[in-house]
Order: sequence, then structure tokens, then C-alpha cells
Amino acid sequence: MAAETASGYIQHHLQNLTFGQLPDGGWGFAHSAAEAKAMGFWAFHVDTLGWSVALGVLFVLVFRLAARKATSGQPGCLQNVVEVLVEFVDTSVKDSFHGRSAVIAPLALTIFAWVFLMNAIDLIPVDWIPQVAARLSGDHEIPFRAVSTTDPNATMGMALSVFALIIFYSIKIKGIGGFIGELTLHPFSSKNLLVQAILIPVNFLLEFVTLIAKPVSLALRLFGNMYAGELVFILIAVMFGSGLLWLSGLGVVLQWAWAVFHILIITLQAFIFMMLTIVYLSMAHEDNH
Amino acid sequence: MNINATLIGQSVAFFIFVWFCMKFVWPPVIAALQERQKKIADGLDAASRAARDLELAQDKVGQQLREAKAQASEIIEQAKKRGNQIVEEARDQARVEAERVKAQAAAEIEQEVNSVKDALRAQVGSLAVSGAEKILGASVDQNAHADLVNKLAAEI
Repeated sequence: MAAETASGYIQHHLQNLTFGQLPDGGWGFAHSAAEAKAMGFWAFHVDTLGWSVALGVLFVLVFRLAARKATSGQPGCLQNVVEVLVEFVDTSVKDSFHGRSAVIAPLALTIFAWVFLMNAIDLIPVDWIPQVAARLSGDHEIPFRAVSTTDPNATMGMALSVFALIIFYSIKIKGIGGFIGELTLHPFSSKNLLVQAILIPVNFLLEFVTLIAKPVSLALRLFGNMYAGELVFILIAVMFGSGLLWLSGLGVVLQWAWAVFHILIITLQAFIFMMLTIVYLSMAHEDNH
Repeated sequence: MNINATLIGQSVAFFIFVWFCMKFVWPPVIAALQERQKKIADGLDAASRAARDLELAQDKVGQQLREAKAQASEIIEQAKKRGNQIVEEARDQARVEAERVKAQAAAEIEQEVNSVKDALRAQVGSLAVSGAEKILGASVDQNAHADLVNKLAAEI
């Protein structure tokens, strides 16, 4: 075990493997939390990126395999699974998105599958992957977090990408003027120009908060749920390290129960992220103001 | 838990995956799905069409069967009628033939009777002549008394 005390153990589990500029000027992995913090913005969480990219590649490869062999005849096992997912996403998109877009549906599928896979790593017992990383690297103190969605960078990265798409489509559909008008001329409007001029800052304040709330809520909801879930797993894992037989036994039961409950959460959070993306982009496409 | 450039990396990866999915995953799968949907719709259409055709064919078969039955009974009726007719005709013919044969036979009998009568008459005439000869004791000139004899024969 990386740390002897429970708090050390928990802290170790919440530390990312960070690659960035070391205090001596060279580039390398941070050796402590303080060092990682000192690296500033231009540092990378190698574990987060590695796992998310690996799972993303897994997703595209598996789906590409199914798509290449896709037949309108009798589908095989893999094609069946892929088709169920594609149809599920397609239905969700058609239910809430009324425009026509070649991007939304594949985007939604990617989000759902990718977030689901990243979340699903949470079901692997918390010590397994860090232990493997420690054995492979030879450094027993190496921090390693396998669940990318418990890293706010990952969820923020995706939420900001979605936010960029929201802005892009808002401007594309409504034009710059329409987009600015949407931000400033609602919800309060007046025929009187002077009154309108006074109302513009008020409107902007309200609409801007609404706009910013979208990516923030997307990112923090997923991050919060997964982080809390992982923390519970870590706390349960602390029970195993207690050395008491009954506490370890209780830990086994709790680990199992929480994992079962977590299956619901990882799927639900992936679904919510996808659904909200569809809804936000649908709102960006609607020219109702 | 620091916010750092991981965020940018994650965004880049996100866009690459979305792009890949959009280009290489979504279109073939959705195309296959739509094609299968179309196939199933076509199949169902064909099935309902076939069912309608079957119904029509069954109707037609029933109608033809009824027609055939009617025709058959008509033919049987005609045949019976014809048979009756033939029997009737044959009976008539036989009756006519029988009448004819009877009439012929009657005529022949009549003729026979007449010829026998004639012969008898002639014989009676000659007997009478020869009787008279015997009675008179003299010969009666056949030629001279032919008229008389004939008159006698006619009277018999």
C-alpha cells in the first residue's frame, strides 16, 4: 500500500499522475501533490488522458468494426449491440432535437459510449489499477487514477467542447446579431428605446448566467457524481486496510452493494450528459426569440 | 485536483472521437438500420399483397367451382333430356316400323288371299266347265264359252 495512514491512502488515491515542468526547469512527473500544483496550467494528467484516450479508441474501434460489417440482413452479435445503442441514441436525439444535423447524433453516441466506458472503470476495485501501475513503473509511491471522469479536467474538457458547439451553432443558425440579441433583448423587452437600453444589461446578466451555467452544470454534475462515488469506494477500501476481520467482511458487503448501485449511476450520468448535450444543442438550433 | 492542460487534451481527444464517429461509425450503422427497416416494410407489404392475392384467387376458385358445378349439372340435365329424347325417338321409330311391317304383312296376306282366290276361281271355273261337260256329255268349246266361264268365276 502506498500510504500507511487512512488519510494518506485517500490522498494518494485522489492524486493524479501529473506530467509537467519540474521546479528545476526540466520536464517530468510530479512526485508530490504540492509539486503537481506548482506546475501550474501547463501540466498534463497522464493517467486521465491515457485512460480516456484508450477507452475512446476502444469505443471507436469496436464500433468501427461493427459499422464496417454492418449489414441490413441478419445482424451478428456485435452489430446487434451496436445497433441497439445507435437506435437508442437516435431515438433520444429525434425526441428532443427537431432540426436536421449530421453532427448531433454521432456526437451524442460518442458522449454516451465514451462517458459510460470512463465511468465503468470505477467498478474495478480501487487498488487494482494503481497497483498494476506501481508494479510496472517500479515506483510504489506513484499516484495513478484510472477513472477519468473523476478528474474535473476531463469533464470540463468535454463540457467546454459542447459549449463551443453551442456557441458555434447559435451563431451559425441565428447569426452574430441574432445570438447577441438572444443574450441582450430577453427576457425583458420594451418598445421604448430608452427603457430597452436600460434593460439590456439586466437581460445580458440573466442570459449570460444561463449560458455559462450550461457547461458548468454539465461538467460539475458528472464530476461530482463520479468523484463522490469513487470516494465511497476508497472509503470502503480503507476498511480492508483496517486489519479487523469484521470490518473487512462488512467492507466486502458494502463494496458489492455500492458497485451494484454504481452500475445505475455510471449509466445514468452518461445518459444525462448525452441528453443535456442534445437539449442544449437543440436550444442553440431553435430560433424562437 | 488541479485544473490544467489536461482539459485541452481532453477536448482535442473528444473532437477527434466525435469526428471519427461521425465519419466512420454512424453512417454505415444507420444506413444498415434504415435499409433493414425498408426491407421489413417491403416484406410486410409483399405479405399483405400476397394475402390479398390469395383471397382474390380463392374467390376466383370458388366462383369457377360454382360455375363448373352449374355447367356440369346443366350438361347432365341435357344428357338426360337427350337420352330421353333418343329413347322416345327409338320407341316412335320402332312403333312406326312395326306398323309398317304389320301393314306390309297385311298387304302381302291380302295379295296372297286375292291370288289364291283368283286361282280358286280359275280352278272352280275349270271345274265347273269340266262338270258341265260331263253333265252335257259334250265338250264345251273352251274358247267359245270363255266369257261365260269367266263370268261364273267372278260370281263365285
